[in-house]
Amino acid sequence: MHLILFIVFAGFCLAGAINLLLQSHPISSALSLIVVMTSLAVLYLLLGAEFLAAAQVIVYAGAIMVLFTFVVMLLNAGREERTLGSRAARAVGFPAVVAILAVLATVILHVQGLGVATLGEGLTNVRGSTNIEELSTVLFTRLLLPFEVTSVLILVAILGAVALARHGDGDPDAKPDPNTKLERTAAK
Amino acid sequence: MNSLFSQEVPLSWYLLLSAALFSLGVVGFLIKRNLITVFMSIELMLNGVNLSFVTFAHQWHAVKGQIFVFFVMMVAAAEAAVGLAIIIAIFRARATLAVDRIDLMKL
Repeated sequence: MHLILFIVFAGFCLAGAINLLLQSHPISSALSLIVVMTSLAVLYLLLGAEFLAAAQVIVYAGAIMVLFTFVVMLLNAGREERTLGSRAARAVGFPAVVAILAVLATVILHVQGLGVATLGEGLTNVRGSTNIEELSTVLFTRLLLPFEVTSVLILVAILGAVALARHGDGDPDAKPDPNTKLERTAAK
Repeated sequence: MNSLFSQEVPLSWYLLLSAALFSLGVVGFLIKRNLITVFMSIELMLNGVNLSFVTFAHQWHAVKGQIFVFFVMMVAAAEAAVGLAIIIAIFRARATLAVDRIDLMKL
């Protein structure tokens, strides 16, 4: 059962990632990325990380991808033109990617002592506590400070996003007029 | 058929999948010409790395790898918010999303 589930969802994962590269419209790429992230959530579940599976669906496939689709719709992004990248990307990039993948695959296939994953085998310790108990114990005792710093980081990110995406220079009565800016760029 | 149902999956397959996802993300970063899709390729790379973190957490029966993934998710959420705001600002200033035409810092 584990093997079947792994093959199906790893296939979904790879198909979504390849489809992301092949599609020329950003919204199609965004939808294939959602497929990748949801299949990854199933793989996390198979590896016994149920909290991360839920967080993957909520944070990645939910929040982040909704943000992406909103921006694609907001900017009315059309089809992209195919140029196959710059000359440097073709000369150095693709051989480097193939080399990295080959080295990683060789190392992974030759490393000894990697275990196997079976279905229903979670991260239970000797005391019999579950994965989420274990995770929250570490997160809220030993790693409390980094956890709280993360909230500050997200607050700063929200403020930065609002400041960056805002029209004008803070005059609330000024009516945003994107046409003038567009004309200026076109005239240049 | 029964053996197929009870079979276990070697963890190296998960690691290979994670390496493949990372490489596909790098390829997307190189060949995509749309700013938003380039950003999506970065998210794909982050997800590939997350999968290997979870795999090693399973291998060592340690919860630290999962905590790494948790923090990566939080930082990725913040990064997506700021990055997409930057993309909106760029589109407002230059009226294009093609990376070939956003070349202000190019020599």
